[in-house]
Amino acid sequence: MSAEKFEYLCRLGDSTLIIGQQLGKWCGHAPILEEDIAVANTALDLIGQATMWLDYAGKVEGKGRTADDLAYFRDSRAFRNVLLVEQPNGEFGATLMRQFLFDAWHLPLLEQLQSSTDPEISAIAEKAEKEARYHLRRSASLVKRLGLGTDDSHQRMQEALLALWPFTGELIEADDIDGIAQAEGYGADTVTIAEEACGNWSKTLLQAGLVVSEDVGMRSGGKTGLHSEGFGYILAEMQSLARAMPGAKW
Amino acid sequence: MTEWPLWEIFIRGQHGMSHRHVGSLHAPDAEIAINNARDVYTRRNEGVSIWVMKSSDIVASSPDQKGPLFDPAQSKTYRHPTFFEIPEEIGKM
Repeated sequence: MSAEKFEYLCRLGDSTLIIGQQLGKWCGHAPILEEDIAVANTALDLIGQATMWLDYAGKVEGKGRTADDLAYFRDSRAFRNVLLVEQPNGEFGATLMRQFLFDAWHLPLLEQLQSSTDPEISAIAEKAEKEARYHLRRSASLVKRLGLGTDDSHQRMQEALLALWPFTGELIEADDIDGIAQAEGYGADTVTIAEEACGNWSKTLLQAGLVVSEDVGMRSGGKTGLHSEGFGYILAEMQSLARAMPGAKW
Repeated sequence: MTEWPLWEIFIRGQHGMSHRHVGSLHAPDAEIAINNARDVYTRRNEGVSIWVMKSSDIVASSPDQKGPLFDPAQSKTYRHPTFFEIPEEIGKM
C-alpha cells in the first residue's frame, strides 16, 4: 500500500464528505423551496463523490476499511479535509459564498485529476466533474446576484467573503503529499489548479462587485489533521448514530 | 421578502419529443429559473432540454369563452382523427 496515496484520497474524500454534511443541514431550512431542493441535491452529489473517494482510499490502504468505516469511525485528527469546508454554515448567503469558493477550486481539481495515471482516480474525477461544473455554475450565479443585489445583500456577501477568504490559501498550496502524488502521476497538477481556481474566484467576485483583502494571513492545517474547534461538533452529529448502532442498516 | 416571479417549466424528455409543461417554480430571473428547474424537475433523469417562461407572459383563453371556442368542433366528427388506425411502427405522434 501507498501511505501517501491513502492520505491523498482521504483529502479528496473528506473535503467532499464534510462540505456535503454541512450542506445537508439546510435540508428543510433553506429560505425558499427551490434553493432547499438545490442545496440538498448538491449535498447528495458531494456525499456520493466522498463515498467513491473513501471507498477507493480503503482499498488502497488494504486493511479492509470501507467508506463508511472511514467516515464514521475515524476521529478528528484523522480527517484530512481542508478547513474551508468545516467553517460554519452561518446564514444562507455565507453558505453560498463558502460553496462558491469551494466549487471554483473543486472543478479545476477534478479536471486535472481526469488525467491521473490511476484509472480509478481518473474515472471518479470524470464522473464528479460534471456535477462540480453545475455546482460552480449555480453558486457563482447566486454570488453574483447577491453581490449586486441590495445594499444589505451586498454587505452580507462581502462580510462572508472576508470571513472565508483566509481559508482559500490551503486549497491551492501544495505540500509534500500533493508533490508526491503529482510526481507519481496519480495526483493533480497543483500549479494549474491554483491558476484556474484564482481565475474563477477573481472573475466571479469582480462581476459580483466583491473585494478580497490582499494582505490577509492564510490559515491551513486541515489537510494534515489540525482542525478548528467546531469540527468536533460536525463529526459528533455525523458519526453518533453509526457509533451508537454499529452496522445499522435502513 | 419580495416574492420572486413565477416561471412555467417545460421539459423535453427525449430527443424527438416535444417539450411538455411539468409545473412551475419561483426564481428571480431566467438563468436561475433554468437552474432551479434542473434541480426541481430533472433530478430523476427526466430531461434533455429545459424551457422556462414567465407565468405572467402566458395569455390564456377565458373559461367564459368555452362555448363559442370549442363547442362548434364537437358536431364535426368528420374532422376528428378517430377513423384511422395508427400502425405500431409509427410510435408516438
